[in-house]
Amino acid sequence: MLTQTTLVLLGTVLLGITAGLVGTFAYLRRRALAGDVIAHSALPGLCFAFLITESRSVTVLLTGALVTGVAGAFLMSVLRRVSRLREDAILGTVLSIAYGLGIALTRSIQNEYRNEQGADLESFIIGRAATMLTGDMIQIAIASLACSITVLLLYKEFKLLSFDESFCRVQGWPATRLDLLLMFLTAVTVIVGLPAVGVVLTAALLIIPSAAARFWTDRLSQMMIVAAVIGGLAGAVGTGLSARLDQMPTGPLIVLSAAGMFLASWLFAPKHGRLWNRGLDDADVAASVAEVLPSDVSPEASS
Amino acid sequence: MNAPDNPDAILDIHDMTVAYDRRPVLFNIDLTLSEPGLVAIVGPNGAGKSTMIKAVMGLVPITSGHATAWSRPVDEQVRRIGYVPQRESVDWAFPINVLDTVLMGTYGELGWFRRPKAKHRQRALDCLKRVGMQDFARRQIGQLSGGQQQRVFLARALAQEAELYFMDEPMAGVDAATERIIFDLLQSLRDSGRTIVVVHHDLRTVREYFDDVVLLNVRIVASGPVATTFTADNLQKTYGGRLSILDTMAEAVQSQRESE
Repeated sequence: MLTQTTLVLLGTVLLGITAGLVGTFAYLRRRALAGDVIAHSALPGLCFAFLITESRSVTVLLTGALVTGVAGAFLMSVLRRVSRLREDAILGTVLSIAYGLGIALTRSIQNEYRNEQGADLESFIIGRAATMLTGDMIQIAIASLACSITVLLLYKEFKLLSFDESFCRVQGWPATRLDLLLMFLTAVTVIVGLPAVGVVLTAALLIIPSAAARFWTDRLSQMMIVAAVIGGLAGAVGTGLSARLDQMPTGPLIVLSAAGMFLASWLFAPKHGRLWNRGLDDADVAASVAEVLPSDVSPEASS
Repeated sequence: MNAPDNPDAILDIHDMTVAYDRRPVLFNIDLTLSEPGLVAIVGPNGAGKSTMIKAVMGLVPITSGHATAWSRPVDEQVRRIGYVPQRESVDWAFPINVLDTVLMGTYGELGWFRRPKAKHRQRALDCLKRVGMQDFARRQIGQLSGGQQQRVFLARALAQEAELYFMDEPMAGVDAATERIIFDLLQSLRDSGRTIVVVHHDLRTVREYFDDVVLLNVRIVASGPVATTFTADNLQKTYGGRLSILDTMAEAVQSQRESE
């Protein structure tokens, strides 16, 4: 029989792997911050779900979170179309309003249900995987597995969409629907990450492993593998540390583990590591590569 | 869907208008291409050249009118249509190498979920060979020069094995040698019965390379064979009062005349 700790460990590893796979596309589509908006918009939904159902089931709460999380992302894209606000202003506005509302609701619920067991909505703010029930854990695992499988099945389609959306459209692919699906997968990944990593930090789990993976390789398939490995490792190390250190929430530890791996990747990755490319940025590297290209096949290399 | 005006046409654009914020950027475009050929779209900046090919391919919404290819709506003919977008339209830091980029040309034919096989890889390599880029197959695309990137995009379009191609400034920012390579390729495509519609910015090379020309400035000023359409008079109408450009063009036309 699996112990609670082992189960939580498996759950966060799976979450890290999913975040790595889905996050790679979020990173390449420059949607990293959209994950942050979804996570923060999820908090009011958690509270609404609790107020409506009075349920303490994580699955019920997360369903509510998914609804307002997706609504937050939707609101963001509507504002981008109808207002002349800049992207960063829209992100900041939607994120802060949703978070403010979420915190206010959490606090009032906490006051009202002070003496009752469970319903520890505040644990969703920075994440506390250790208190989760086995049944909830399994449902979360199934959801992240489904996200991972979808991304792997649609690898070719998402790759095309992320690299060249208009070429994707011209070939007859339903680019808008693919984009929405990718956004939805991002939302589900963020939402299933909430119990372990929390509203404030889940987006980091989406961004950091894929950003770190970019240092290791110039190929998308390998980047996804590296991001999944870094995400999974971060989940394992963070959960392990949290089990050993009393009172330490899992979220910050998982994110800090991922950040450590990001730092190591930035410094030591074989090709793009800072240590081997001191004083050079990407443009310099590209320029120096262009200079050494054989001139017969590259007449414009000298420009 | 209206009945096409010309049932044999490769491409038939009928009364097409495109507007952004209620300001028309293309107005009443009528164009029929019945014979395979190499067609240049030229006109001043802001004339709607790129918008015209994007509207035909469904990348920007058409306000009114319609476009058909081989008598069917363009979006039902996607497998027969190839596209070379502007080079600036993608992020060249994307983690992908040259061969995988060219392989994207085969994705439409592959359909959902299926991955490229050995024969698709071979086709992609052959296409790279045709643009002289076979030695770069494993290189990350960001490490290429502008002209090489442009040739990778062409190879990707070749891998689509289309019959009608739209190319958005494939000669922008390439040197004379690359331009030569690209035009040789376009002419061999034309000779094998394809139609290539090219948004082109260099008036000096229109006579040398193209069969037909569309002179565009929001409306179509003139279109037809280069010999009869690419005249100083039509250029004057297209470019209007932009005198400095006009002088350059007049000289270009003049020198072409003299050399013929």
